[in-house]
Parts: sequence; C-alpha cells; structure tokens
Amino acid sequence: MSLRIADLNKGDALPQRSHTPTQVSLFLYNASVWNPHRIHYDEQYTTQVEHHPGIVIDGPLQGDWLAQCVTNWLGDDGTLVRFQYSNRKATHLGETLVSGGRITAIDLERKRVTVELFVKNAAGEVTSPGGATVQLSN
Amino acid sequence: MTTLLTDEHRAWIGHEDPPTHVEVSRRDIVKYSIATEQTLQKYLRGDEAPPMFIFNLFGALRPIAELRSDGLPRGSGTGPKLPLHRVMAGGTELIQTRPIRPGDRLTGVHRIVDMYEKQGSQGPLIFTVRALRVTDAAGAPVLEEVQTSIAR
Repeated sequence: MSLRIADLNKGDALPQRSHTPTQVSLFLYNASVWNPHRIHYDEQYTTQVEHHPGIVIDGPLQGDWLAQCVTNWLGDDGTLVRFQYSNRKATHLGETLVSGGRITAIDLERKRVTVELFVKNAAGEVTSPGGATVQLSN
Repeated sequence: MTTLLTDEHRAWIGHEDPPTHVEVSRRDIVKYSIATEQTLQKYLRGDEAPPMFIFNLFGALRPIAELRSDGLPRGSGTGPKLPLHRVMAGGTELIQTRPIRPGDRLTGVHRIVDMYEKQGSQGPLIFTVRALRVTDAAGAPVLEEVQTSIAR
C-alpha cells in the first residue's frame, strides 16, 4: 500500500525492527566502510586496552538502522531530505537493539513529514536518538 | 574545569581540506547494503546508495604502516593533534539533495566548523565537528553532512 500524506497522523509509529549484530556482520560493516578501529573486532584489545565491556557496535551502523527505519517505511513513495542521529550510549556485541520512530509533524502543503527516531537497548534506554524529514510524492 | 583545547587547537576551526575525489561503484553499494542488512531492492541491487553509505566515504586511505596500535590512521582525520586519543563517532546530520548512485564521480571537501570540550561521566571529552560538502562531476550539490567525532 502506498504512503499518502493525507492518511498520516502525528504520533503514528514507524515499524520497529530488531537488530542483533554478529562478529561476522560487524566485520563486514567495518570492512565496507574501511574502518580498522580494533574496538569493533578485537575483543582482547577492546576489553584490556580500551576497557570497554565488549566489542563495540559502531555508532554509524546504528545511524544506518535509523535511516533504514525511515527508508523502509517510505519505500518508493518519497525521498529522505534530512537525517540526523547521535550516539548517546555505547552498545556491545551480544545485545539486541530495536529501531523505531514516530511522526512528530506533518506539513500538508509541502507534503513533508518529520519523524523522531530511536535505537533502544533491552533495558529500554535510547542509545541513539535521531530524526528525519521526508518528502512524500502523494 | 581544566581546558584541554588551546588557542592552537581552536585556530583549526574554519580550516578546509583539499578536495577528495571518489568514484562510486555498484559493487561497493551492494557490499554496504549486505553488511547493513538493507531490505529495499534498490539498495541490494546497488541502484542507489543508502543514506549512511556516506560514512567514511571520503575517509583517508593510509598504508598499514601508518596505522596506530588502535587501528586508526595516525593523525586521523583533518585537524590538530588532540591531547585525547580514543576517538568515537558522535553523530551525523545529513541534508541530501539527491541519493548517491553507481558511477557517480564525487568530490568531497571537509571543513572543521567547531571544537569544544565537555566533562563526561568518565572524564573529559573533546568534540570536533566537521562539515562535508559533496558535489558531483558537474559541480551540482549531492549532500551536506555535519559529523561530530568524540575524543576521550
């Protein structure tokens, strides 16, 4: 079903998605963005030298999940105009995180929708808040 | 609070790097899309890059001999040598004029727009804010990104 601005309401939730990174998925992510930082793949270094409790899940990967939350919801019915996120709390390999969001503003005249976004950990803490503005076609 | 940033550090605010040029391949988009578990076919086929594909797209490519013991490039990123060395990505703001597509020949220019300190729960933090302006081969805007890195 296509997304039409007339059908949307402030407060509507975007579909949530669970993410459980693995050593393999983190390796592939860091290889694809050319990030050699050892805290994302070398457990001994990460815990003993940088004193993290475990392998660190990349902040920009969580930023990607937030962007996906919007682009998956939007499909081909519009374009992402503005996107932002920040890393607030470290997350580690073994955690399952949930991405989601909700509509905070609708500009009917310009067909623009603003959403707030989150990645939460199992305790319900927001580890990466974000936001986006999208331009709908209809 | 003791200040870690000196006038010499702050003099870097406004510094602009020479342009970096990147040619985007469909295969690189597909690799990124698989690694990030995209679900839309336009990304998985590599017809278009997901928005966060921009992360580190214009990052320095250094020989292994020039990497520090933590894996990051020595003198990582544009800017002065900071008194704190453990660096993490802090966040991004992205304004997209159009998506990145395979075959794009992009030019990126980084500029330091701010540097500031905060006291974190485990010690001092230095925030460096860099703006990235990306244009295509015709000079048309593609996106603008403001990225914050945190040294602790």
